[in-house]
Amino acid sequence: MIKFEKRKSTSKLFKTSAPFLAVLLALITAGFILLFAGVNPIKAYSGMLQESLGSAFGISETLLKSTPLILTGLGVSLAFRMKLWNIGADGQLHIGAIGATWVALYSGLQGVFMLPAMFLASFIMGGLWAGVAGVLKAKIRVNEIIVTLLMNYIAISIVSFLVYGPWKDPNGHNFPLTAQFADFARLTSFFNTRLNTGFLLAIVLVFIMYILMEKTLWGYEIKVIGNNQNAAKYAGIKIDRSIIGVLFLSGALAGVAGFSEVAGVQFRLQEGVSSGYGYTAIIVAWLAGRSAIGVLVVSIIMSIILVGGDSLQILMQLPVAFVNLFQGLILFFILASEFFIANKPVLLRSKQ
Amino acid sequence: MKPVLEIKKVIKTFPGVKALDNVSLSIYEGEIHTLLGENGAGKSTLMNVLNGLYQPDSGEIFIDGKENMFLSPKDSIKAGIGMVHQHFMLVRNHNVLENILLSVEGLKSVLNKKAIRKQVEEILQRFDMDINLDEPMWKLSIGAQQWVELIKLLIRDCRILILDEPTAVLTPQESEKLFDFLGRLRSEGKSIIFISHKMREVMALSDRVTILKKGTTVKELTKGNFDEALLAKLMIGGDDIPKWERREKSIGEDILTISNLSVDNDKGLADLHEFSMELKKGEILGVAGVAGNGQKALAEVITGLKLPKDGYIMLGDCDITKACCRRSMIAGIAHVPEDRKSMGIAPEMSVDDNLILKSYKDPKFRKGFIQNRKTIKKNAERLIHAFDIKAGPPGNPVRLLSGGNIQKVIIAREMSLEPIVLVALYPTRGLDIGSAEYVHKVIVEARAKDMSTILISEDLDELLKLSDRIAVMFRGTLTGIVDPENTTREAIGLLMSGEMTG
Repeated sequence: MIKFEKRKSTSKLFKTSAPFLAVLLALITAGFILLFAGVNPIKAYSGMLQESLGSAFGISETLLKSTPLILTGLGVSLAFRMKLWNIGADGQLHIGAIGATWVALYSGLQGVFMLPAMFLASFIMGGLWAGVAGVLKAKIRVNEIIVTLLMNYIAISIVSFLVYGPWKDPNGHNFPLTAQFADFARLTSFFNTRLNTGFLLAIVLVFIMYILMEKTLWGYEIKVIGNNQNAAKYAGIKIDRSIIGVLFLSGALAGVAGFSEVAGVQFRLQEGVSSGYGYTAIIVAWLAGRSAIGVLVVSIIMSIILVGGDSLQILMQLPVAFVNLFQGLILFFILASEFFIANKPVLLRSKQ
Repeated sequence: MKPVLEIKKVIKTFPGVKALDNVSLSIYEGEIHTLLGENGAGKSTLMNVLNGLYQPDSGEIFIDGKENMFLSPKDSIKAGIGMVHQHFMLVRNHNVLENILLSVEGLKSVLNKKAIRKQVEEILQRFDMDINLDEPMWKLSIGAQQWVELIKLLIRDCRILILDEPTAVLTPQESEKLFDFLGRLRSEGKSIIFISHKMREVMALSDRVTILKKGTTVKELTKGNFDEALLAKLMIGGDDIPKWERREKSIGEDILTISNLSVDNDKGLADLHEFSMELKKGEILGVAGVAGNGQKALAEVITGLKLPKDGYIMLGDCDITKACCRRSMIAGIAHVPEDRKSMGIAPEMSVDDNLILKSYKDPKFRKGFIQNRKTIKKNAERLIHAFDIKAGPPGNPVRLLSGGNIQKVIIAREMSLEPIVLVALYPTRGLDIGSAEYVHKVIVEARAKDMSTILISEDLDELLKLSDRIAVMFRGTLTGIVDPENTTREAIGLLMSGEMTG
């Protein structure tokens, strides 16, 4: 019989090597599945790396893909620190995209003010969207998981309504798309690739969020609240105010991801503006241990898998489901490794 | 006579700690066997081994002379061992009978409540207990809840009953009743393992005493061969117990005035009812009472965690009735909370961070809105040294500290605020003698600097030793204030049970 006991201490070596071991095990497990699908796993993995990191173009695509993950991951991490389970980053991204699009197409702004205004609009609208869950949680204790999750569907439907209805491009041959943004409403891209200043914006926000979460008084309060609400109350920290503030900022960051997608990649609003980034952000935040720097690293690794996964589809004719499976396996093994970091198995022999 | 339960040379190690080191223990039929030891002596670990929660690394356990291994609590229950934990394992929203059902063996999927009710009623009758089986658990007094825990063991015919500090939550009268009951169980042939810190009870009850120290059995003594002094000496290893003298000084003016205070709890019931009391400058005002008679509400109202329904609180000339927590703290009221782990600390955060929990906004710990790590660290180093906190490596989460050291962290933090008034709830509960003495020392030394303390405790010895006056609470009212020099435990007990007002 095997039983698990809580470890009183964990060696540093084990703690740091466990996540890598977990990824390795995920790779091996996925390798077997690849074998069943009739694909040589070594070839598949090297193909993935080749695609995502093997060329300047590949690297630019990988970093491009990581941008929305970093932004939504930051937002989700901030909320998770306070044990506020914001799983509505995807909806907040959609709303941010709507805000940016409205400014780009209908505000009448011109020139250099355009992009900052789009940024602000996405920030504020994403923030207000998540802020609804914050106010409900703070004032009448409505579960934020339900509210943020359900508001995803509303946000996605609003985007559909806009692109099929009032915002449809009159010259768009009836496709459900808005008109394209003017040049001054687009983020600058680098070296003829799709990678654009949105990525730099994300890096700057990583830095700002790192300071905010690790160095400031508010970051300290958030840690205390997330750790022990009673202790926070006892220390005189205003919990309700932080709930609203944290969910606002969490949604605002996801909203900015919407801005960087429409202004940096798609140049218009359309359905599917996010390919599930807000949900992948949950995995990112968890794997990153809710730290800003961790989010940056994990987002890039995640997008290596995403971009590399595309090559599997094209080169090896594997279904897109394989990429999801891969992500799932990694999360599964990392969670298992967290369990083993905290607990140790003990073998029991029965004497009866 | 053969022992019913025999533990031989049990060793249990946790990473870095030898929690049990060659512990042996024999329990005979029809005896009350006391397990005595400081916190960290290994009592809980030993009990968890008997419960099947932990498996020993080596050593043997015999039941009726047959070797037995408890791989899970199930095995332990099968062997007839049952335990009443210090924190009751009851479902508060269920009624008494439903709680008892939980421990009945071999229930069918369709419950025959009637038969079980009859069985329970028989037990109630046999021991003259007066409990309504249909009452929801939360309505019962703590004493009655303990009876339910005991019935749970009796209904599954336990032969060996373990009671972990059972009197910690009881009035002296309730304790007496419990002792009577234990005596009757003993005469029915049950074996009882009794864990307690209170010498008086140990002396009154025990047939035999086993003393544990640092994970090893120091000595086993039979009735007649031990007295309080010997036990204390064996338990703490000959260290002298320092005595704190009550100070010979005329008490100053009123510093904190509580007048006609009424507080409701979440259920709309009164936690405090027209409660009035004055605290004088530089005094230690003990508050006695059975846990759950409004002490927690009193502390929370004074420290601003709760708003009163009626009445007012004055600190000096300043009305702090409506002040929120931070304001009353700045006004000079510190608080050592009842539940140190669930309120006093942020368990995953470092000792450094926990030591500034109340003062993180102080200009000396920040530059603008950025925390000043340097001064925070210095502050921690100073307090860790001054209060002799065993804090482990830097950055160590505070939850890894022992109970005594966690309490030291809390007290160090609260005292570093240099408060005018300290509200301390059960500040030594669950601490070993050494740590408890330390806490007492801090409070007494602060009194010399004119700090006033409201010391809420269930330990009469502690109250009698430290307090300048003792206020007694019962069901949210003040039943009397006594002078510790001219009172008896019995008198306080009567006030605690509301049978007398002084």
